[in-house]
This record gives sequence, structure tokens and C-alpha cells, in this order.
Amino acid sequence: MQDVYRTSNSLTKNTMHYCPGCAHGIIHKLVAESIDELGIREKTIGVAPVGCAVLAYNYFNIDCVVAAHGRAPAMATGIKRVHPDRIVFTYQGDGDLASIGAAEIVHAAMRGEKITVIFVNNAIYGMTGGQMAPTTLVGQKTTTSPYGRQVEHCGSPIRIAEMLSTIPGAYSVSRVTVTTPANLMKAKKTIKRAFQNQIDGKGLNIVEVLSTCPTNWGRTPYESMRWVDENMVPYYPLGDFKVPEEAK
Amino acid sequence: MKKVVIDAERCKGCELCVKYCPKQCLDIADSTNSKGYLPAFLAREDDCISCGICGRMCPDSAIEVFKP
Ligand SMILES: Cc1ncc(C[n+]2csc(CCOP(=O)(O)OP(=O)(O)O)c2C)c(N)n1
Ligand code: SF4
Ligand code: SF4
Ligand code: SF4
Ligand SMILES: [Mg+2]
Repeated sequence: MQDVYRTSNSLTKNTMHYCPGCAHGIIHKLVAESIDELGIREKTIGVAPVGCAVLAYNYFNIDCVVAAHGRAPAMATGIKRVHPDRIVFTYQGDGDLASIGAAEIVHAAMRGEKITVIFVNNAIYGMTGGQMAPTTLVGQKTTTSPYGRQVEHCGSPIRIAEMLSTIPGAYSVSRVTVTTPANLMKAKKTIKRAFQNQIDGKGLNIVEVLSTCPTNWGRTPYESMRWVDENMVPYYPLGDFKVPEEAK
Repeated sequence: MKKVVIDAERCKGCELCVKYCPKQCLDIADSTNSKGYLPAFLAREDDCISCGICGRMCPDSAIEVFKP
């Protein structure tokens, strides 16, 4: 028998605490496989967020720290500047990066920090019980928008990839998802490239990954994947917003 | 050894592997694992083409795929 698919060496054997079918687990695997394939496991440092991924250090078989809510890019900046030979990445939710941490990501991009950012956008605050995030879609029901998000009251959802792509210091900016095997392969390629760019001394590199929260969306894991395709992708288009020719 | 090896104790019964298998080889068991989840199992091995999709889509690293 020949191996077709096996668990990555950059993941521990620990069982993840994520809800059944939550895409956080799939995205962890893509990050771990990229680290494996680039042979950088021994020199990579992860910065976990506050949010459901707060325990990511239990799952990545590498050195990790946890930052205060939204401050992962600031912490990653310090680590990378003190250890420029290390590969440093943050893994952040949309509440973490786009809400309380909006200033940190904007200024890390503005400074052109040589880090990689995995931004997991599931349009909700998962960990705290499904409150509205800045990324929650118009009309989407959450515990704090029980009649659906209203633009007059809360404004329109923020498009982080588009916004960061206008900042000169951002080196590569893409949006992907993991809703089909083909999208998953594209996401893997994009995440791996975002690490390769850092190895090549370039930054900031951010990959926004459209993800799911079956528990707080009140949908099955598979329905949640379809919901991303049908509702999130039209507002948050997939693709490379800024990738220099030399990095393609 | 089977083409698809599922660790029933890691499985959370989310059904993503079942839904994404292009050959409908997988099903959900009718008895629970020790955590109370109904795990997936390889019900129709003859139809399996060892494509690896179930393994890649499993969020809990419960699946390994092999080719004869
Ligand atoms: C300073 C501070 N404010 C608020 C919180 C409460 N809190 C914990 S997680 C979270 C939001 C998490 O949402 P997101 O980043 O989207 O992650 P997800 O759980 O959806 O993956 C909030 C507001 C906190 N822990 N610390
Ligand atoms: S609350 Fe949502 S984002 Fe958090 S683990 Fe559960 S499904 Fe995933
Ligand atoms: S390897 Fe492919 S065909 Fe076989 S069970 Fe998994 S998804 Fe189905
Ligand atoms: S995808 Fe993984 S966790 Fe979900 S049912 Fe299949 S084996 Fe179990
Ligand atoms: Mg979120």
C-alpha cells in the first residue's frame, strides 16, 4: 500500500477542541503541511490569537505563543525583529484581526513586517457565542443582530484583503477558502507561498481564509461550506489582490 | 490494510468526508465512540479510488488514505 494522505509532522497528535466539522481544523492542516513541505518546522514560531484558535499551540508541533486579543501582529513583529532568521506567523480570527486588532494589522502591514498572517474569516465571533463581527454579512443573524445586520445601524462588512492591498508595505494579499477539494488545493498553494515569501525576506504576507462556524451559524458542517460559497464568496471574492510577479 | 483507515476515536461524526467522497464510499456508524460521536466508516471499499479527498477534508485528522 502506498501513502496517499497522512497527517502532517507539524501537527501534534492531540485531539482538537474545535466543534465537529469546524473549518479551523482544515486550515490548521494546510498551515502544518506548508511548514512541513518547506522544511521550516524547527525554525517556525506561531502566534495564536484570542478566539476559538487560542489553543492552537496544542496542535502545531512548533514553538508558539498567545497574544492578547488582536495583538498578534505586534507580538510577531517583536519576535521577527529579534530573531530575523525565524519564520513567524500569526493565526487570527475576524473578531481578533478585523475588530479589536484592526490597528495592529494595518500598522504591521504599513511597516512591511516580514511575517505571515493567516486570517480566518468566519463572519462571527465564534468563541464567545456567536456575536456580530465587523465581517458579519448584511442581513446575517447573530446573537447581537437577531434581526440580521443592518447597514444603517452597524455599517457594511469590512473587506480586509481589499483594504490591506492598498497599503504599500503589504507584499502579498490573497483571499481563499476551503469549501471544495479544488478550493482547498488553491488555499494550500497560497498559504505555502505566503510562507515562501517570508523565507525570501518579503513581508507582510496575508492570506484571508473564508471559514465556517457551524455551531453559531446553526447549520451542519456541510451546509456551512455551501453557505460560504453562496453568501460569503459573492461579497468577499476569492483571488490574489496583490502578489508581485516575482512571487508568482 | 484498508484503502481508507478511519480512527473512530478521533472522529467527531461531522460527515464532511461522507459528503465530499466522490464515490459515496463512506457512511456514518450507528453506534457511538467513547465521546458520544457517531463515527464515519468505509462502507464500500470496492468503490474507493484512493483519491484522498476524505482525508484532506477531515478537520480532525482522523483519516489516512492508501493506494494498493
Ligand atoms: C480584550 C478582550 N476583549 C474581548 C474578549 C472576548 N473575546 C474572546 S474571543 C472574541 C472574539 C473571537 O472571534 P474571532 O476572532 O472571530 O474568532 P473565532 O472564535 O470566530 O475563530 C472576543 C470578543 C477578550 N478575550 N479580550
Ligand atoms: S464556535 Fe464556531 S469557530 Fe469556534 S470551534 Fe465551534 S464551530 Fe468552530
Ligand atoms: S479516498 Fe476518495 S473515493 Fe476513497 S473514500 Fe476517500 S474520498 Fe471516497
Ligand atoms: S470528516 Fe473526519 S471527523 Fe468528520 S466524520 Fe469524517 S472522519 Fe469523522
Ligand atoms: Mg470569527
